[in-house]
Amino acid sequence: MRRRDFLQMAGMGLGATMLPRIPVLGNNVPLDAPWYTVDVAQKKKLADVALNEARSKGATYTDVRIGRYLNQYVITREDKVQNIVNTESYGIGIRVIANGSWGFAATDKMDTDSIAKAAQLAVAIARENARLLSEPVQLAPQKGYGEVSWKAPIEKNAFEVPIKEKVDLLLSVNDAALKGGGNYVNSYLFLVNEQKYFASSDGSYIDQDIHRIWPTFTITKVDAKTGKFETRDALSAPVGMGYEYLLPADADKIKGGVTTLYKKRYDMLEDAKAGAVQVGQKMLAKSVEAGKYDLVLDPTNLWLTIHESVGHPTELDRVLGYEANYAGTSFLTLDKWESKKFNFGSKEVNIVADKLQPGSLGAVGYDDEGVGTQRWDLIKEGILVNYQTIRDQAHILGLNASQGCCYADSWSDVQFQRMPNVSLQPGKNKLSPADIIKNVEKGIYIIGNSSYSIDQQRYNFQFSGQLYYEIKNGKIAGMLKDVAYQSNTQEFWNSCAAIADESDYRLGGSFFDGKGQPGQVSAVSHGASTTRFNGVNVINTARKI
Amino acid sequence: MPILTKDEAQALLKKVLSYSKADECEVNLSGSDGGNIRYARNAVSTSGGVSQSSLVVQSSFGKKVGVATINEFDDASLEKVVRRAEELARLAPENPEFMPNLGPQQYLDNPATFVPATAAIDPKLRSDAVAQSLAISKEKSLTAAGFMENSAGYAAMMNSSGLFAYNTSTNVNFNVTLRTSDGKGSGYASKGYNDINKLDVAAATRVAAQKAAASSNAKALEPGKYTVILEPAAAIVLLETMFFGMDARSADEGRSFLSKPGGGTRLGEKLVDERVNIYSDPLNAELPTSTWNGDGRPQEKISWIDKGVIKNLYYSRYWAQKKNVKAIPSPDGVIMEGGSASLEALIKGTEKGILVTRLWYIREVDPQTLLYTGLTRDGTFYIENGEIKFPIKNFRFNESPIIMLNNLEALGKPERTVSGESNTQALIPPMKIRDFTFSSLSDAV
Repeated sequence: MRRRDFLQMAGMGLGATMLPRIPVLGNNVPLDAPWYTVDVAQKKKLADVALNEARSKGATYTDVRIGRYLNQYVITREDKVQNIVNTESYGIGIRVIANGSWGFAATDKMDTDSIAKAAQLAVAIARENARLLSEPVQLAPQKGYGEVSWKAPIEKNAFEVPIKEKVDLLLSVNDAALKGGGNYVNSYLFLVNEQKYFASSDGSYIDQDIHRIWPTFTITKVDAKTGKFETRDALSAPVGMGYEYLLPADADKIKGGVTTLYKKRYDMLEDAKAGAVQVGQKMLAKSVEAGKYDLVLDPTNLWLTIHESVGHPTELDRVLGYEANYAGTSFLTLDKWESKKFNFGSKEVNIVADKLQPGSLGAVGYDDEGVGTQRWDLIKEGILVNYQTIRDQAHILGLNASQGCCYADSWSDVQFQRMPNVSLQPGKNKLSPADIIKNVEKGIYIIGNSSYSIDQQRYNFQFSGQLYYEIKNGKIAGMLKDVAYQSNTQEFWNSCAAIADESDYRLGGSFFDGKGQPGQVSAVSHGASTTRFNGVNVINTARKI
Repeated sequence: MPILTKDEAQALLKKVLSYSKADECEVNLSGSDGGNIRYARNAVSTSGGVSQSSLVVQSSFGKKVGVATINEFDDASLEKVVRRAEELARLAPENPEFMPNLGPQQYLDNPATFVPATAAIDPKLRSDAVAQSLAISKEKSLTAAGFMENSAGYAAMMNSSGLFAYNTSTNVNFNVTLRTSDGKGSGYASKGYNDINKLDVAAATRVAAQKAAASSNAKALEPGKYTVILEPAAAIVLLETMFFGMDARSADEGRSFLSKPGGGTRLGEKLVDERVNIYSDPLNAELPTSTWNGDGRPQEKISWIDKGVIKNLYYSRYWAQKKNVKAIPSPDGVIMEGGSASLEALIKGTEKGILVTRLWYIREVDPQTLLYTGLTRDGTFYIENGEIKFPIKNFRFNESPIIMLNNLEALGKPERTVSGESNTQALIPPMKIRDFTFSSLSDAV
């Protein structure tokens, strides 16, 4: 699903446009249905049909993905449930190499004849494309794993929680937001379950069960007299967890600052109460004076800056030019990596790629081309040391194995290089957000994410947030509004002056990282602790029309 | 499943409705066949074929409503999907905003949306087109990355109150970026049509090639306010944010750029330059679109902005009933009137200015003023005394389409344009705008 379709569907953007119906997302399945899975032996049988047919038609490599993708959306506004939607999508995608070229075909007709035909089509497309190749595909070697499985370590399957419980939670959140002073509130619960089966001619048969959850809301306050309005979005994160994410736990709350922040458990009701008060404060906040400020960025804001300015430019397919027509290329060209001394950031900056981290959106046992997942350094003490790659590009880095970054958002789309979790490592010395703030003379403390934009090579960016607090001489001096920060990636990360320790580390993330033509989305997390950046350019975004 | 004729679609939908036991039932049926090819680094990278059909059943008991979909079409599956929608409706809480079925409607006939030649595109035609594009790229010693996709489809709708609607459409899109081998120049072109015969892949590739070569070794100008000429592909991504935001409900609720201080909306107010006329018309020959929207309402010619005045907002059926006004649906294609001047003539008439090929990564900064940020990309040039003088480095902008359309200097001849952000299509003129706000420089090429 494209991001804009999703936003329209959820009524989250575009002037809070409420569509009268949900667009088609897949086959609907009954609410509260038992969440069955397809028998592994049956999947292996179907996969073998495709593997055998492709090989008999001349494929030198084949992989098969049988996917069953389940989504559930609960969508409310004020005291109304606008929609409850369950979708299911089930089908098979077959990718082959023939005559040195990739070919792909997919079908949702799961009989053996249709699958064999799709395998033939994939081989035929590969042969047609071969005449437009400049060099044959070179796959990094990958041993077969045999029959293996991986399950996300969830505690409570959110799909098995009764609909009524979810509806009651969202309506209580809405009620708290309205009672607290909001004029409007939209709240949402999005659940994802990917049941993925992968088989390849290398001898892997991999069965995986992946879960994601994203509770969120937007509270709006309107001043009819002046015609002004403000919003405050939830400080939750989409995560790779079950319903346990929505069971509040004091141990996972960070209290004592300007607002309560959340680690591995989210208290949605508490956040809505705080949000309702804060949206009123935003109406009264002082408009920022443009200029240079030291920024103290909470992980709820910094995750998106990491995503755009570190995650994307270290994607090897962008570096090589595969995304030149759409998502763009990268300023982190190979010569910078080869030099082993490209100064991406200050010495404090250590950034890792990670497909293992429990609770993260990117965690899986194996990627979508059957490579076991791992963790590796991208930026070490400020120096660019690695990229993110997949099997057909690994040789360009001199690697003899893929880093396991291949993903497709559906059985019907071809898999390609997608971002693993990319996270800023916490500071090694004991340091709290309060310690950081008390050393800042003239600064802004930013919580939550909002507007975001970056150029196609990832140099120049502009971000804004949900809550801005002015810091004067080490103390919080009240709320600001109309704030956006602009910087250049390398300058920004070189201005990184302090990072809070591990006790402040949290994940943010996105369900909708977009890339590719036709467009695909991918879910990815980014961890960080509160971080200080010195002397960043802040603009004032207030205008009159 | 192949594209169903009107009679076949009608027969299938009648069969689906015959299974309904709900108070009301509404069924949408659609299907498409298509394909795509992608290339990069002067070679094809991926390509595939996509064929899909879908049946959506909405059943309601009073104000309790359920929706279920299926893509299998045997009798047992058709009955199953109806039962499933009814089961969901019984489980759902009442939605006080649920609207009962529309009765029978009259729709205009619009055969121009479907072009048989586009429906006949096969993988070989796509790879031949890419081969042409690659030949130009290699001949000019440039590196190409591009994408072509086509589809042919139909949509039909029927409800238990006698409404029936049907249409077919075809579409083909092509876009390409050419870069110089040293990575210092980049050019872009994008085209989209209902009719493959209008698509000239080689011509579009040559435009991108010319821009790539001419944009090499760009100079840096100071950020600030400049007169700009936005090519249609640059203008559409900002203007569409305005079209998407013309929803009556959010304006009435006080949370839109169209909300008025003191309450009410800016409907009827002059909001932009009086030369701005924007309308939609499903029968427009250059941009033919469906004559009905997804919930069965007829699409007709509607003025949205007339001589700078906001003439209409779009409504959900619920909100229109509550406000006791006609429920005008949001349009499928938007047309902005212009003049007769070519892009070259606009450049010739410019003393000092900046030519912008493309804007990229457009995100909302402030919904109250419709302030957006983003960057120029793939061909940005300085104009002096009516001539392009030299390429310039890309800028970040912070600008509102409302402010921009108040700073209008001149409009050129409208052309069919595809948005690089949303894929929506519109007829948009190139436009000259004064005091366009560039807030910082970007090193990106």
